[in-house]
This record gives sequence, structure tokens and C-alpha cells, in this order.
Amino acid sequence: MYAYIARRGLLFIPTILLATILVFGLFWIVPGDAAMMILTGEEGDGGKVTEEDIKRVQRELGLDRPVYIQYGDWLWKILQGDFGDSVWYGTPVLDDLKDRFFITLELAILAIVLAFIAAVPLGVLSAVKQDSFLDHISRLLALVGIALPTFWLGILVIYGLTYFAGWLPPLGYATLWGDPFTNIQQLIFPALVLAFHDMAFTARVARSAMLEVMREDYMRTARSKGLNEWMVVGRHALKNALLPVITVSGYQFGRLLGGTIIIESIFVIPGVGRYLIDAIIHRDFVVVQGVVLLAAAVVLLLNLIIDILYGILDPRIRYS
Amino acid sequence: MANQTNQRAEVAAPPRAGMLQPAAASLREVNRFTRRKPLGAIGGILVLALVIVALMAPVLAPYGARELPEGREGGSTVYIPPNSQFLLGTDHVGRDVLSRLIYGARISLYVGLGSVLIGITASFIIGVALAYAGGIIDMSAQRVVDALMALPGLIIALAIVAVLGSSLNNVILAIVIGMIAPVIRTVRSQVLSIKELDYVTAAQAIGAPPWRVIFRHIVPNCFAIYLVLATYYLGFAIIIEASLSFLGVGAPPDQPSWGGMLTRAAQEHVLTAPWVGIFPGVAIFAVVMGFNLLGDALRDVLDPRLRGR
Repeated sequence: MYAYIARRGLLFIPTILLATILVFGLFWIVPGDAAMMILTGEEGDGGKVTEEDIKRVQRELGLDRPVYIQYGDWLWKILQGDFGDSVWYGTPVLDDLKDRFFITLELAILAIVLAFIAAVPLGVLSAVKQDSFLDHISRLLALVGIALPTFWLGILVIYGLTYFAGWLPPLGYATLWGDPFTNIQQLIFPALVLAFHDMAFTARVARSAMLEVMREDYMRTARSKGLNEWMVVGRHALKNALLPVITVSGYQFGRLLGGTIIIESIFVIPGVGRYLIDAIIHRDFVVVQGVVLLAAAVVLLLNLIIDILYGILDPRIRYS
Repeated sequence: MANQTNQRAEVAAPPRAGMLQPAAASLREVNRFTRRKPLGAIGGILVLALVIVALMAPVLAPYGARELPEGREGGSTVYIPPNSQFLLGTDHVGRDVLSRLIYGARISLYVGLGSVLIGITASFIIGVALAYAGGIIDMSAQRVVDALMALPGLIIALAIVAVLGSSLNNVILAIVIGMIAPVIRTVRSQVLSIKELDYVTAAQAIGAPPWRVIFRHIVPNCFAIYLVLATYYLGFAIIIEASLSFLGVGAPPDQPSWGGMLTRAAQEHVLTAPWVGIFPGVAIFAVVMGFNLLGDALRDVLDPRLRGR
């Protein structure tokens, strides 16, 4: 078991290093622009900026050094928790991200839990009653969930809430610990919108995983022992089918973070999303870089945890 | 003289009949597909509708995409509810929503086709090459794919457009980078399983060079998966484009992108002018649904191993 965890952990290091190189490389292609941005921010207009000014700022930012030194320097600072200062606000990016990140994380976790609760029964029913009317309906529902743009569903939900209920989620964010009731009121609808999209994917995976398991020999054995269908499906099939579902949920998390960013801007939730979009509009690359890196790290870490859990739950993987 | 033309006509006749035959055969094929996969056929019709609307936009649209039409009673045309002159109403500037939707089909199709042709084709080539190369090249490339998979698609697309600036071609590039990792993975595993099949071993045994094995035996057998992936990712690309434009970083604001049309609707006037917020969403939904239904049906028909999964 420890050997497996160690092996999996070792594999994680090159992957996250590569991810940092990708993120760094993406922003390295535009060093001139970063200098330009600071200069135009300082002087108010781009007309007076000379070639020498750009060179000077590039020197100050260390952009005139070889790429690999810049990368090493950047990575070293990241490891020490220094994501740099926002070009636009002038504040440390990590400080700005901290609170916002937990809001986004809460929303994403709420959504993934809701999606899981809806998707698993839907997928299981669909597999057990394959090609029935119920199966067709649930497959169609999954397709609708994939095709429905999250942001449009969000608009429709706001429209429905104001039109039919005359109610909108309270403005001004309340923390989960400070005011849980208001917090849930604010987050439940965006979470439901996100969950509907996520449920579509998860239900599809649950269905095909169940179909696969149902063909296994141990299922026939369980039935021939005279167990009732509930025991067969619940104890023998579901337990085995849940593994791939959990893995996919892990990979879904990245997609979910993307969706969260859009939904936050519709429901006016002060998470990472609004911060990122403002940064993009201001071309504040230090912030954008920090957000992308943080998202990648969260997704990779989550996948590592899932892989380890997987190894604990399924001995076949540990020893292969 | 007349005799000569007659003769020529007679000579020319058989090939023409021969040319008609495949058309009739493919019509039969479409017919069969429709009967076996009614949902897939609906998807096909939606996709076909998108293509026709996009191609014939100037003919179909009552007004231009940026035109400020004159109202029947004169005066401002801002937020006119759907009526006989403006079938789907007008937006916050007074432009015809229907016309903008029709021109918007061009943007969706352009971004969708562009990113799928570039993205799926490139990933396909890389996937085939990796699976065939194997060894250390494949190993290290897989780690890069892993790292790419960790970067959430929409966030990386946002970052790329932020760096390069918003234009339709940059949106395509951003979508391509967002889709390559999972596609490379799928194609690679497909090629790996085909590589182990007997006929590939047989071809290698009789001394066929690698390029011949790849192009004659492996690639044709991956064609089904190429087509299926292309259909799915067309829908994916259209949604990402709409999302980026909705957030204000996709298509430039003057372009009638479906996603961009929803931006204002989300911010204001949801109750006073719901038509502005509803119809572009319906268009995106219908088109993406169309591609997904068609993709599902194609997968079932082309790849019997995946049937019903």
C-alpha cells in the first residue's frame, strides 16, 4: 500500500512541474505587454512610452534575464507562497485570492455533492432498467444538461425566481460560519445550476459503469444465491460501479471550477470568478497566472487523492 | 453532325447513371439511419439547419446584424417586444434580435468548425504518433497531457484570450488548447488497442513499413472515432465560444455572437425584456443538443462495441 502511494506521489511531482511550466510559458510570451501595461498605468496614456522606458521596466521586473532563470525565480517565490503583486491593485495576489477561493470552493463542493446525489440514482435506475422509458428519459435529461449553457440556465433561474416567486438571493455575501442561513440562500441556486450540468456527465458515467458491472460473473453468483434484487444491485453492483464515477467526478472538478467562474458573475458572488474576469479586463496577468496555477494545483491534488483512495478501495490497482 | 452528337450522348449516358448510383445509395443510407436512430436524425436536422442558416444569413435575415431598423411607427426601436415586424423583438440598442441570431449562426459555425478541424486533426495526428512510437517519447508526452488535463478548459481559454486579446481566431486557438489533451488520450488508447489486433500483426509480419501500417491499417480504423469526437467537440466549442463572449472576452462586442447577446440580458432588463435573454439561449441549446444527439447516434452506428453505452 505504501509503495503504491509513494509511486503515485512521485508521478505527481513531474506533472505539477509541467503544469507550472505550461502556466509560466503561457504568460512568458507577452513580457513586452506587461511592461507596457505598467507604464501606461503610471503615465495615463501610451503615447509617451519610449523604447527605453520599456527596457527599464523590463529590467526592474527581471524580464531581461534568460527564461529558465526567470522560471526558476518565479517557481521559488511560488513555493514560498509569493504569487506576486497584482499589477492593477498593487496588493499581493495570494492575499486577495485566499478569501475568494474559499467562496468558490464552497460553491463547487456544494454543486458536486448535489450532482452526485442526483446522478447516481439516475444512472443506476437507467442501467437496471436498460432501454425502458425511464432509461430514455434519464439519458435525454443527461443530454439536456450537457447542451444547456450554464450561464443561460443561470439567467433563466434568476428570471424564474423574480417572476414567479418575487424573490432574489440576498445581496452582499455572508460567510458560512457567520450567517449560515443567508449563505445557503445565496449559494443554493447557483449550486443547483452547476449541479444540473455536472449531473449530466456523472449520470452517463454511472450508467455505463453499472452496465459493465451488471455483466460480471459475481452478479450472476449473487442472483443465483437467491439474494433479492435490491441486495444484488445495492451491495454488489453499486459498490463496484461507484469507483469510476468518483474518478470522473474528480476530473469534472476542473470543468466545475470553470463553470463556477461564470455562474459567480451572474449571481454576484464575490469568488475567484469575478476577480479573474476583472483581472482579464485590466490585463492584470499576475492575477490571471495565479488563478490558473491555483486551479491546476487544486485539480491535480484532487486527482492524486482520488487515485490513492482508489488504490485503498480496489486492491487490483494497487498491485498492477 | 446530328448523328455524331447522338452517338456522343449515348456514350456519355452510362457514366452518368453510374454517378447517380452512389447518390441514391447514400440517400438509402440516410433513410436507414433515420429509422434506426430517430433522435440522431433530429440532431442531424438541427445541425443542417445551423449550416443552412449560417450560409444563407444575408438572404434569411430581415435586417443587418448591426443595422438599426426604423420602427413602423417611427421613433426608438429599443426593446420592442416580438411583433410582426420584429419577430423576436429588438435589443437594448434597437437591433433586430432575429437578424442578429441568424448572423450569429455564422460565428458559432466558424468557431466550431475552425477549432474542431484544427484541434481534432492535430490531436489525432499526435495521438496516433504517440501510440505508435511508444517507449520514452510516449511516457513523457503522457505527462504533458496529464498536466494539460489539470488546467481547467474554460479557465485556460480565458487566460489565453486575455494574453492574446479577443478575436474570433484567438478564441479558436484557446478552444483548441482546451480540447487537445482529452482527445489525444482517447485517440491514443484507441490506436493502442487496434495495434494489438491480428491484422496489424499480420501486416507487420509480411514486412509492411510503419507508415504503411499506420496509414493503411490503423488510421482508417480510427476514422469512426474521429467523426464522433468531431461532432461532440463542435458542440463543446460552440458552448465555450458563447461562454467567453458572454463574459465579454470572446467575440468583439460588435459581432453578433449568441453568447455576447446574453451579456446585457443577464445584467439588466430580464423582466422588462425577457426575449433578449431567451432566444439566443434557445439557439445555443438547440445547436449543441443537435451535435450531441448526432454524435451519440453516429457512435452507435459506427462503433458497434460502444453501442448502448
